[in-house]
Amino acid sequence: MNNVLAISGIVIKELYRRKDFYVLFVLTALITLLLGSVSFFNDAKIARYLKEVCLLLIWISSLVIAISTTARQIPAERENRTIFPLLAKPVTRGQFIMGKFLGCWLACGVALVVFYLFFGVVSESRGRGDSSAAGLSATAAATDASSKTDEHDHAAAGSEHHNEHETPETTGQRSVVLNYVQALWLHWMMLGVVTAMVLLGSVVLSAPSVSITISFIGIIGILLLGEHLNKVALRQPQPLQAIIYTGYFLIPHLEWFDIRDRVIYDQPAIAFGDCGLATLYAIVYTGLFLFLTWFVFRRKTLTL
Amino acid sequence: MSVILKTEKLRVEYASRESRSGTKVALNGLDLEVRAGEVFGYLGPNGAGKTTTMNVLLGFVHATGGEARLFGVDVREPIARQRIGYLPELTYYYKFLTAEELLRFYARIFGIPRGEADRRIDSLLKLVELEHARSRPIKTYSKGMQQRVGLAQALINNPDLLILDEPTSGLDPLGRMKVREIIQRLKSEGKTVFFSSHELGEAESVCDRVAIICQGELKAVGKVSDLVAQYQCDLEKLFLKLIGYQPQGVS
Repeated sequence: MNNVLAISGIVIKELYRRKDFYVLFVLTALITLLLGSVSFFNDAKIARYLKEVCLLLIWISSLVIAISTTARQIPAERENRTIFPLLAKPVTRGQFIMGKFLGCWLACGVALVVFYLFFGVVSESRGRGDSSAAGLSATAAATDASSKTDEHDHAAAGSEHHNEHETPETTGQRSVVLNYVQALWLHWMMLGVVTAMVLLGSVVLSAPSVSITISFIGIIGILLLGEHLNKVALRQPQPLQAIIYTGYFLIPHLEWFDIRDRVIYDQPAIAFGDCGLATLYAIVYTGLFLFLTWFVFRRKTLTL
Repeated sequence: MSVILKTEKLRVEYASRESRSGTKVALNGLDLEVRAGEVFGYLGPNGAGKTTTMNVLLGFVHATGGEARLFGVDVREPIARQRIGYLPELTYYYKFLTAEELLRFYARIFGIPRGEADRRIDSLLKLVELEHARSRPIKTYSKGMQQRVGLAQALINNPDLLILDEPTSGLDPLGRMKVREIIQRLKSEGKTVFFSSHELGEAESVCDRVAIICQGELKAVGKVSDLVAQYQCDLEKLFLKLIGYQPQGVS
């Protein structure tokens, strides 16, 4: 574990010393800040629209950071030959892969926290006018949702219980915060799957540019079309139908981690059990992709 | 003296389109032994198989046949690399790090405690005369300085065996002298040094024993003085003879 942490530390250090990372980061933060701070006559719909644009930008930026950072990790190590002094130490190839994954994933996590913090502060400070009504509706929905959850969830989400000192408005705000935290968590889990997937691509396709392009096409394809594949399959003749169905069940459904609408429309937070299942789903796919990456890389000849 | 590096019938084949059989033999039945405490020169022309041997010893390339052991452990086991230091021919380090950060990173890989790592980093930077530049990114270093950082990282775990791939390649005379001094000093401390080179004068001045390899096959191994006496010529002529060089007649 020590080796994995040491390698991931180097990945993070490289990221914060590279200028291109900051360009994307500042750009997104700036646009988020600008759009989030605009308020057209306190029109609730406009504020929601701006929230939607900001969240979309955060999603795009996070994918760009995750894919571009991960795709060049191993090819760059091989190209710059920094991999040789490192693997000449008692470091296994599995530790090397895990270190790279962990570094990229943690870096994405840090970027996400900052993005969501920006988004949260800006949209909450500017959207307060329309949020009071939305907050009340969210409170009602949250109360309804909490009554349906099991006792375990009640214990975990104990903070959702009303007490005599709490007003419906504070409960609504708490639900909004919970929505943000869940959106951030699931987004990060999704980036874990993406990072592991791109890492696999980078050991198969050794050129970073090819790896980045194919990863982008694949991931955007899954996000946009993944949930419709089963419907597409129904209209196809055999054996194409079976092939598309197999694809539908094999691909990681990244769109399941997208709960932006809940944040935008101040809907009640999802149940903790569902959130846990999504996390488990992400862990399984991440583990599978990391295993495949190790399997491909473990016997790969590295020549000076 | 105990044998700490051993290869037996080591064979490495690469896929090659140039060859009719589809494979190219890089190493062909290599038998090599390096004993504790000696400076061993591994000589050969370009493409002879020196770097391939090192690649196998360091686990970068898997042998097609035969076996290689470090300290009695199969080289495919990562633990075999716990007691070795490796200096590549060219400097391949994270250039966004400073020399101190790089050494700290490698010290962490070896599991050296922080206090001990600090002490070693100080003494190594002093040894390679880079104390003044310890906080500068490696990308700002000259080639000679980068090579010295390489030497420092190879020594961070206080290794018993040092594998150096053409350590003086591309260095100016002063840089070469310093590297040679460091090798001599390591020898006096009882370290084993295995280094590849095609600088015969360098090998002659620092090595206890040498091996000459050509086209993946071992041509000769022994003390320089013994080899010279056996073949009754100097090391350069011996080298040229063993690699099959035929001088062109001058009219």
